[in-house]
Amino acid sequence: MEFNREFILGCSAIGAGLAVIAGIGPGVGQGIAAGHAAAAVGRNPGAKSSITSTMLLGQAVAETTGLYGLLVAILLLFVKPLLWGVN
Amino acid sequence: MHSVLLTAGSDIDVMVHGLFKYSFFGHEVWITTTHVSLLFVMLILIGFSIVAGIAIRKGAEVPGNFQNVVELIVEKLDGMVDGTMGKNATKYRNYIGTLFIFIIFSNISGLLGLRPPTADYGVTFPLGVITFTLVRINQFKYHKPKEIWADMCSPLPAWLPIWFPINVISELAVPISLSLRLFANVLSGTIMMTLVYGLLKWFAAVWPAALHVYFDLFSGAIQTYVFCMLTMTYVSNAIGSEE
Repeated sequence: MEFNREFILGCSAIGAGLAVIAGIGPGVGQGIAAGHAAAAVGRNPGAKSSITSTMLLGQAVAETTGLYGLLVAILLLFVKPLLWGVN
Repeated sequence: MHSVLLTAGSDIDVMVHGLFKYSFFGHEVWITTTHVSLLFVMLILIGFSIVAGIAIRKGAEVPGNFQNVVELIVEKLDGMVDGTMGKNATKYRNYIGTLFIFIIFSNISGLLGLRPPTADYGVTFPLGVITFTLVRINQFKYHKPKEIWADMCSPLPAWLPIWFPINVISELAVPISLSLRLFANVLSGTIMMTLVYGLLKWFAAVWPAALHVYFDLFSGAIQTYVFCMLTMTYVSNAIGSEE
């Protein structure tokens, strides 16, 4: 079955759009982390700086999965690996 | 055919470009835009370190402005390493400080109109590999091979290495996830700024400065901090608590 360039490019764009849905997860995760950090600061305002740094570290680690989705989208849009076999 | 997906006929361009081709033992090697921006970052850092070295060498008892800034930077970096690594900190102050300053200058070099060197996976992956090497070296330095084997089979006893392949994969994922996190963050910031400037043309006049503050300064600083933090955490985990 033969597919032409335009069809593959269109499907790549759709795939890129689907890939960045991965951003939902880190959003929820970072929100939870920030909420708990705010609660922790409320309970113990003296530990604010260490709570903030722990929160940022955890959020950055949680962000990784979303970035993988973003990376897949970027690869599909700019590197176009699905076109490699085609002409 | 570049007429697809926002690259159409405008100067929106986020890719690394080859500038100069030469042959290295029969391989075709390119000097790319990343090398050029790395060169600028390195020149800035080397110049700064020379000036700072001179200022510290003839340092006054009551420090002047510049000496104060340099001492503040060194104190903050050393404090960060001390706070995370505890008694192992002395050996790693230099490396982590260098790493921090290099990555943060690379990240904010987008402000100078350069393409940030860290938006190239060829720059971040070696940094991840250095961390990985440090972890492995320290593990073998502070633990017996038997302990490492037991650790690699960890949820099950050492004579039943069912979890071994999974643990190997999770160890190999460390440098990849470290470097991809930094790379993807900086790259997404770069792409965002390029889109703003490329699509809005004259309309993108003064207000993108706010976006620069977020994507270059804030995001870059956070990712630098995270990279150094994770490197220190992994290394001190590998050293372990005993001794």
